[in-house]
Amino acid sequence: MRAMTWPQRIMWLVIIAAVLVWSLFPVFSIAMTSFKTQAGLFSGTLLPQEWTLDNYATILAPGGSAQDLFLPALRNSIGISLIATFIAVVLATLCAYAIARLDFSGKRIILTTALAVSVFPIVSIVTPLFNLWRVIGLYDTWLGLIIPYLSLTLPISIWTLAAFFRQIPWELEQAAQVDGATPFEAFRKTVVPLAAPGVFTTAIIAFFIAWNDFVYGISLTSTDAARPVPAALSFFTGASQFEEPTGAISAAAIVVTIPVVIVVVIFQRRIVSGLTQGAVKG
Amino acid sequence: MTDTITRATGRAEPAAPVKKKRRSDRARAEARLGWMLAGPAFGIMLLVTLYPIVQALWDSLFSLRLTAPDDREFIWFRNYQVILGDPAFWQSMGVTLFITVVTVLLELIIGFGFALVMHRAIKKLRGFARTAILVPYGIITVVSAFAFFYAFDINSGGYVNSWLSWIPGFDENLNWFAYQGTSLTVIILSEVWKTTPFISLLLLSGLAQVPGDLEEAAKVDGATGWEVLRRVILPNMKAAIMVAVLFRTLEAFRIFDNIFIMTAGANDTEALSLLAYNTSIGRLEIGLGSAISVLLFLSVLIIAGIFIKGFKVDLSAGKNS
Repeated sequence: MRAMTWPQRIMWLVIIAAVLVWSLFPVFSIAMTSFKTQAGLFSGTLLPQEWTLDNYATILAPGGSAQDLFLPALRNSIGISLIATFIAVVLATLCAYAIARLDFSGKRIILTTALAVSVFPIVSIVTPLFNLWRVIGLYDTWLGLIIPYLSLTLPISIWTLAAFFRQIPWELEQAAQVDGATPFEAFRKTVVPLAAPGVFTTAIIAFFIAWNDFVYGISLTSTDAARPVPAALSFFTGASQFEEPTGAISAAAIVVTIPVVIVVVIFQRRIVSGLTQGAVKG
Repeated sequence: MTDTITRATGRAEPAAPVKKKRRSDRARAEARLGWMLAGPAFGIMLLVTLYPIVQALWDSLFSLRLTAPDDREFIWFRNYQVILGDPAFWQSMGVTLFITVVTVLLELIIGFGFALVMHRAIKKLRGFARTAILVPYGIITVVSAFAFFYAFDINSGGYVNSWLSWIPGFDENLNWFAYQGTSLTVIILSEVWKTTPFISLLLLSGLAQVPGDLEEAAKVDGATGWEVLRRVILPNMKAAIMVAVLFRTLEAFRIFDNIFIMTAGANDTEALSLLAYNTSIGRLEIGLGSAISVLLFLSVLIIAGIFIKGFKVDLSAGKNS
């Protein structure tokens, strides 16, 4: 690579700075709002005139007025998303293994179905599910959300994992057996380490999708028994009838965003690789 | 192979069928295993989408309101007649198409810029660039909606107005969410911010596959950077670009979260998904709402069809198989 001239370096720094500002500014903005006092909200400035942690106390501390709106929702989101991600990754791993390694007639149908399901309008699914769930008692339950979440997470999981698995050299497993390993040992020591990164990345992507859901959350729940965070945020009211929920919502938004940002920072290379392989090469 | 050998020895007929049957036995066992492993995933995907759309189709043929469930009447396609004759539906369709076209165009341009940055940035900065570009992808759409809403809304401490006050003729008391145009601007901004990462990754894939020698050759022949972009890079990325446009168009057409949070559909910003939701779950008019759902689904199919058959989008573009 030719060494960069100073004008080129400066240009790149400016570009990267612009990218950073564009990408992080909205997060910064709502973070600043979360530190504003009730009165300071209307100062019309980006930065708080007066910094406070009151909004976080409202939603997190015991005795906080919005605590029983937020903490149950957080619990629901974490639990439902984790379970849905786990089931989706297990099913998608089996399915992708079959697609990548075995020869059977349904391969194209399954991949095409996954594609079709991923572009399906959720709103079209929600009304009949709303009725059905109420009849069979899954309305406002964790399971009632986990099942639709599978339809959100399975397609991209299958595509991503199929792409990953296609690149694994399966002959390694046979080579290990030739070298004296039992079939199980061979699988464990050759295939699993190669497949693990792909499965892990898929789990991250699937979790993000489940975590992000809004339509199912607002339509298939009615109490904090199963309502996840995005849906709960849209129903937040202030601590009293005189208080705007702006501060509380902003604090809640930051609480659910920080873990995501941390995961993105740590695993950015894997996520990029997973998405580009699954979405394009899958 | 075995066939030619057995034919040569003149004992082809009795030997070949036995060998073929054994091969297809193994093939059948493999197929069975394949279906067993892939079955559950396939089954769940089908169930969660097939049942609702069939049920929606059925419900749309009735005049059904959840508030009076026994008062249902089979009315054939009258729901569709009502909807297709209602200007509110076409207004909604118009808004949806407008949002779709504008967001996809903006995302293509910005996303391509990001793809170039991720591809060309010097090693030290590449990690930063990728992380920054990826952050919106992980952010919950509802969070993004609130972030942009609070920045622009004068009733919630919005500060954008005070930033834009230096523009001559700009009204500092502009209520962004009182008019269609300004509401749509913020909605589109939030949608573009949130979804550009995905499209930039799709474009990055396509960009990475343009053979470096083509670019080198063009530069040797004296092409400027701009010309290299227009004549060498873009044409070679056409397939990846079309796939990206297809996916984003289908997704943008179904926009819901941003509009629900920011305006709830007021000021004529009610896109089709929101219209369907408000009708079925909001007003509990299941019959009409189901019909809108079906029409939404058909629109998505038509758009996909136009892209795949009309523009001949090759979904295997970029596959290394």
